[in-house]
Amino acid sequence: MTTDSLTRNARLDTLAAAIREQVADQDCELIDQLGELTLIVPAERLLDVARMLRDHADLRFEQLIDLCGVDYAAYGQSEWDTGDATFTGFGRGVDRDPDLTLDDPRRFAVVCQLLSLAHNWRLRLRVHAGGSQPMVDSLIPVWAAANWFEREAFDLFGILFRGHPDLRRILTDYGFIGHPFRKDFPLSGQVEMRYDPEQRRVVYQPVSIEPRVLVPRVIREDSRYAGREPNNHA
Amino acid sequence: MPEIRNYTLNFGPQHPSAHGVLRLVLEMDGEIIERADPHIGLLHRGTEKLAEFKPYNQNIGYMDRLDYVSMMCNEHGYVRAIERLLGVEPPLRAHYIRTMFDEITRILNHLMWLGAHAIDIGAMSVFIYCFREREDLLDCYEAVSGARMHATYYRPGGVARDLPDRMPQYRGESKWHSAKEIAQRNAARQGSLLDFIQDFTERFPAHVDEYETLLTDNRIWKQRTVEIGVVSPERALQLGFTGPVLRGSGVEWDLRKKQPYAAYDRVDFDIPVGVNGDCYDRYLVRIEEMRQSNRIIRQCIDWLRANPGPVAIDDHKVSPPKRAAMKEDMEALIHHFKLFTEGYCPPPGEVYAAVEAPKGEFGCYIVSDGANKPYRLKVRAPGFPHLAALDEMARGHMLADVVAIIGTLDVVFGEIDR
Repeated sequence: MTTDSLTRNARLDTLAAAIREQVADQDCELIDQLGELTLIVPAERLLDVARMLRDHADLRFEQLIDLCGVDYAAYGQSEWDTGDATFTGFGRGVDRDPDLTLDDPRRFAVVCQLLSLAHNWRLRLRVHAGGSQPMVDSLIPVWAAANWFEREAFDLFGILFRGHPDLRRILTDYGFIGHPFRKDFPLSGQVEMRYDPEQRRVVYQPVSIEPRVLVPRVIREDSRYAGREPNNHA
Repeated sequence: MPEIRNYTLNFGPQHPSAHGVLRLVLEMDGEIIERADPHIGLLHRGTEKLAEFKPYNQNIGYMDRLDYVSMMCNEHGYVRAIERLLGVEPPLRAHYIRTMFDEITRILNHLMWLGAHAIDIGAMSVFIYCFREREDLLDCYEAVSGARMHATYYRPGGVARDLPDRMPQYRGESKWHSAKEIAQRNAARQGSLLDFIQDFTERFPAHVDEYETLLTDNRIWKQRTVEIGVVSPERALQLGFTGPVLRGSGVEWDLRKKQPYAAYDRVDFDIPVGVNGDCYDRYLVRIEEMRQSNRIIRQCIDWLRANPGPVAIDDHKVSPPKRAAMKEDMEALIHHFKLFTEGYCPPPGEVYAAVEAPKGEFGCYIVSDGANKPYRLKVRAPGFPHLAALDEMARGHMLADVVAIIGTLDVVFGEIDR
């Protein structure tokens, strides 16, 4: 098992070297973390880089495994400060306004997981889509699988894909308003549905559920897991 | 001269062949499909959003409910992502248990698929046979976790508990079940869970032969599946296919072999690959996968019998301490309390971990910002790109072939809609 993880790291280095060589002039950033590579691509270079990743003989990422949106507006925020002991404790069910960074140009990102069958390696591609009007180029010309994944990212995050032939909502209800996976969209939603016996049809009304926190979100920086290598077979 | 024009047919969401809640809007020219537009999302529960509001361990149960016919494989994908994030490695026995239950799950899924697919295109009896075997496997789930379907058995750092020494037995003579009948049902349940599974693996290959007798050379079956929904290998890669659907098109790709996880690099098995990429080849691939799964299970049983040991790591920051220890040891009690009220905080970072689920590559992408809950969880459901390709696969086929194609894609809406 040890030799296995060693060879795998060596393969990762080969891939990292190949990517660095190819994207040297493209203003990209390559992150090597937890045994996985992430390539951050500027939005305007996305299609060129994607084509190169698919077609270059040293890379050969034939498959787009996954594409999803990420909203970084609440990144690194906790609901309970763990630095000092509190006198008051944590009040459950309290409506707390998180401090969201809604107009940050790095708020939305589109993340793709790529897979090369020829070389048997993976790469993650991240492109920042902007803050208030997130938009990136559609990847359908490069990988046909992007079609529904992009519809999903549009539906859930409101990220627009330039050149997508059929950018409709996909997972939410017909006539749904808003983008539910954004961090400023509440977990319990905006509207609830019930049958109105007087109008004899289903009606929408504002939600009556009080938001409630069962387990507070905490961030502990006690580096409990720092220094451990992933997949260290004992 | 009457006006001839295309018309639109609404198929589902309440249609028995729609495999759940698929709504298909079909543009037809006579009986030929011009365009198929699947409307999904009728089972959308926002699993990924819910996961952002719960500590890592509380989300394992949601994974069972994604693809609800291959429960433990989904757990495996999620748990593996957390383990990568935390940098922990479960003990080898836990890996073997996971391997065994992944394969049990694969048989469960393929039996469900085979039965439903066959009944969709007219072969009634296969469904009944398949459910007979599923019953035994669901009993294995129940014996090990207490739940027949939604097990929540895999945990970061191992599995919830070791395999039981006794297999639960049927009880209670009644006017419907005689004492003799109950004794017959309990015959295989006299020993441990492993004895029961071994007995199953001895019976199962003959059952697969039985299904094959009913279908493989059946003229009607072949007429309904051969040359239907053909996908070329190049196109299959473009469309993001994985699992048996990709292998049916002749691409030899299986994560269990290519990127081994758990104990798959220690067991011996083969990957079946199709030739033509039609519905019939995908059927053959899955049938052979059941035989191979049976083989893997047998190897796991032998290993598990010979190697008792821990089934979860000893790190109580991740895995709870023993119940007995909590009664005496203050530290164990504190660990238990912290773990179940707050959970653990993995370091910031992002990870994508995938397993070869019965339907294809099931992956979890987790973004952590150092909190006790995932910042973002994306579930890569294998059925999602498969169903997205339905339009392309169904074009030019007859209406009845759409049913065969949906069946062969093995779609389950729990995972597609999430």
